[in-house]
Amino acid sequence: MAGPAIFLIALFVIVPFIFAIGLSFTNQRLVSPNPAQFVGVDNYQQLLGVATLTLDPVRDAAGALVRDEAGAATYPALRGYTRKNPDYPGLDGMREWFSFTLGEARTFVLAKDVVFMTAILNTVVFVLIVAPAQGGLALLLALLINQKLRGINLFRAIYFMPVVVSIVVVSLLWRFIYDGNSGLLNNLLAFLSFGTFRPVDWLGTKETALGAIIVMSIWQAVGFHMVIWLSGLQTISPTLYEASAIEGASKWQTFRYVTWPGLRNTAVLILIVITMQAFGLFSQIDVMTRGGPLDSTQTIVFQAVQRGYGKQDISGGSTISVILFAIVLSISLIQRWLTREKR
Amino acid sequence: MANVALTGLKKSYGPVDVIKGVDIAIEDGEFVVFVGPSGCGKSTLLRMIAGLEDISGGTLSIGGRVVNDVPPKDRRIAMVFQSYAIFPHMTVRENVAFGLTIAKMPKKEKEAKVAEAARILQMEHLLDRRPSQLSGGQRQRVAIGRAIVREPAVFLFDEPLSNLDAALRVDMRMELAKLHQDLKATMIYVTHDQVEAMTLADKIVVLNAGVVQQVGTPLELYHSPANLFVAGFIGSPKMNLLPVTVEGVTSSSVTVGSPDLGVAMLPFRPGAVVVGDQVTLGVRPHMLGLGAGTRLPGAVQLVERLGNETIAMLRLKSGQEITAALGGDQPIRVGDRIDPGFAPTAAALFDTAGIALTRA
Ligand SMILES: Nc1ncnc2c1ncn2[C@@H]1O[C@H](COP(=O)(O)OP(=O)(O)OP(=O)(O)O)[C@@H](O)[C@H]1O
Ligand SMILES: [Mg+2]
Repeated sequence: MAGPAIFLIALFVIVPFIFAIGLSFTNQRLVSPNPAQFVGVDNYQQLLGVATLTLDPVRDAAGALVRDEAGAATYPALRGYTRKNPDYPGLDGMREWFSFTLGEARTFVLAKDVVFMTAILNTVVFVLIVAPAQGGLALLLALLINQKLRGINLFRAIYFMPVVVSIVVVSLLWRFIYDGNSGLLNNLLAFLSFGTFRPVDWLGTKETALGAIIVMSIWQAVGFHMVIWLSGLQTISPTLYEASAIEGASKWQTFRYVTWPGLRNTAVLILIVITMQAFGLFSQIDVMTRGGPLDSTQTIVFQAVQRGYGKQDISGGSTISVILFAIVLSISLIQRWLTREKR
Repeated sequence: MANVALTGLKKSYGPVDVIKGVDIAIEDGEFVVFVGPSGCGKSTLLRMIAGLEDISGGTLSIGGRVVNDVPPKDRRIAMVFQSYAIFPHMTVRENVAFGLTIAKMPKKEKEAKVAEAARILQMEHLLDRRPSQLSGGQRQRVAIGRAIVREPAVFLFDEPLSNLDAALRVDMRMELAKLHQDLKATMIYVTHDQVEAMTLADKIVVLNAGVVQQVGTPLELYHSPANLFVAGFIGSPKMNLLPVTVEGVTSSSVTVGSPDLGVAMLPFRPGAVVVGDQVTLGVRPHMLGLGAGTRLPGAVQLVERLGNETIAMLRLKSGQEITAALGGDQPIRVGDRIDPGFAPTAAALFDTAGIALTRA
C-alpha cells in the first residue's frame, strides 16, 4: 500500500535532495557547454568564508595618529590585504562585512560573500521575531475564539482567510498597503496623527523594509497556527476545567495549570513548523522587495533561487540549499532536545 | 458542615426541561444518594449543586445561605468526577495540593494537609508518582484526596466508582463509607448502581425524567416503594408485578383476584380503589418461599443456583413469568411444577395510576 507513496517521495524529495548535495561539490551551471567538474568544498568556502583582520591606525613619522577631516583615526586600505597579498593568502577575494574598534586597533570582519552573510543574518532575525510573535499571537486568538458564542465560526473563518489566499496575492495587496505615497498605512497614520505624519516608503527604505515584511508575514499565517492551537485546546478534557473552577482557580491560574500544560505537544509542533516556514522565507521577498533596498531584505532561499536560476549557477544554489538544510536540521534537533519530556 | 436544601429546583436547556422542580432537604452530615436510570438528570442536579450548571428556577441553599449565584469555589463544596479529572502533568502530591496552591497557602501548612489526606487514603507511597503511573483505583483516590484537603462542607460524587472493576468497587465503597464516618461531612453521591445506593446511603433519592419519585432510607424504598417506578427500580432481582382485578374492598383490606393467584385478601387501605379496578400486585422474589402464604403456582423455566439461594424463573398459568429467590439450595429442576407463596403483609399494591396503597 505504501509503495506508490514511497516512490513519489523518492522521486520528488529524496532524489532531488541527493542531487543537490552532489551538485554542491561541482561547478555545474544551468546551461553550459562544458562538462561539470568536481571542485570539492570550494562552493562552501566561497559562501561561508569568514575571517577577521585587526589593523592598527595609520601613524605619521612622529608617531601621531593620522586623522581624517572628521577627526577619526584612519586605517590602512583593506584592499592591500585582500587583493593577491602573498602574506595573507586566506583573505584573498574577501570584502568587509562590518568592523568594530577595541582601544585603538580596529577589527574588520571579512567575508567572501557579504551578500550571503547578510541573507543569513536577515533570515535569522526574521525567524527570531516571527516564531515567538506569530506563535503567541495565534495562541491568543485561539484562546479568544475557543468559546461557545454565537457567530464564533464567522470569526474563525475571517482569521483563517489570509491562509487560503495565495501568498503572492497577499504580498501584492500589502505592497499597496505599504506604498510610499498613498499607501493605506501612510494614510492611516496621517489620519491618526492629524496629518503630522510624514509618509514613509516602507518597502523602499533600508530601515523599515525587513520590519514591514515581518509584520505582513506574521499577519498572513497567524490564522493557520491559530487553527493548530485550537485543535490542541479541544484535546483538553472539559472536566479538568470544571475541576479547576471548583478549586477556585482564576483565569490566569487555569491557563497556567490546565491549558498550557495541556498544550505542550502542540507548542512544540507549532514552534517547529513556524521555524521551518520562516527559514523558507521567499515569496514575500520575491514579490515585494526582491532583496532590496541595499540587500536589507536578502534571505537564504531568495539567494538560492537568485543564484540557481537568475545567475544560472546551479551548484551555488544547491550549496545554499544544503547549508539551509543543515541549519534547519540542527535547529529542530536543538528545539526537540530543549522541549523534551522531562522525567 | 452544612445542610443542603433544594427548593423547586429547575433546569432547562432551551425548550427541554431536564430537571422539573425538585425538592430535597439534606441534613448536615447525611450521606444522600441520587439514583435513577441513565439520562434522568442525576448528574445535572449534582452539577447544579456544584455550580457547574446554572439554575433555571427555584432556590438552592447550602448551610442556610442561598447560593444560586455563588461561584463554585465559594460554595464550600468539593467534587469527585467519574473520569477522575486529575491533572496529568502534575505529581500526585501536586494534584492533591492543587486547591491549596491556588489559594496560595503557606508551604508548611499545605504539606501537612497533603500528608494527612494521604494517610487517610493510605497513599503515602504514591505521592511522587504521576497519574499515568497509577491504576484507576489509585487515581480515584487522588481525586478524593484533592477533595479532602479543601475541608469542604459538602462532598459531591458523580459515579466515582463506575470506571473501576467489580472487586475494587466493593473495596472503594467500603472506604467511602469509612471516610464518611471519619469526616462526618455532608455527602451527595450519584450512581446508577443500586447496591452502592443501598449500602452507602442514609437517604436515597430516586429520580426519573427529572422528577423525584421517592426519598427515603434504603429499607423504606425496598419495603414500601411509593410507586411502580421505584418498585421496579430498587431491588435485585426485580420485583414481580402482576396485573390483578379488585373484587372487594373494606376499610382495611382489598380483595384481588387473577387466574394465577385465585383470590387473595390483602391488608391495604383501599383509598380511591373500587371494585373492578385493574391494579398491580407487587411481590419481591425474596418474599416468595416454598410452602407458605398465598400461592403462585407455575412451571420452572430456568434455575440459577448461587449456593446460598436458588433463583427460579416460573411461568404462571396466564403465561406471565415471575422470579422467585428461594432460600438455600433447593432440589428443583427445569420443568418441575412448584407453588411458592408470600405473606400478604409483605406484598405491595399499586392503584390504576401506579401509586402504592398504604398498608393497613
Ligand atoms: N448541554 C445539554 N444540552 C441539552 N441537553 C442536555 C445537556 N446536558 C444534558 N442534557 C440532557 O439532560 C438529561 C440529563 O442528563 P444527565 O447527564 O444529568 O443524566 P444522568 O442521570 O447523569 O445520566 P447518566 O446515568 O447516563 O450519567 C439527558 O436527557 C441529557 O440528554
Ligand atoms: Mg451522569
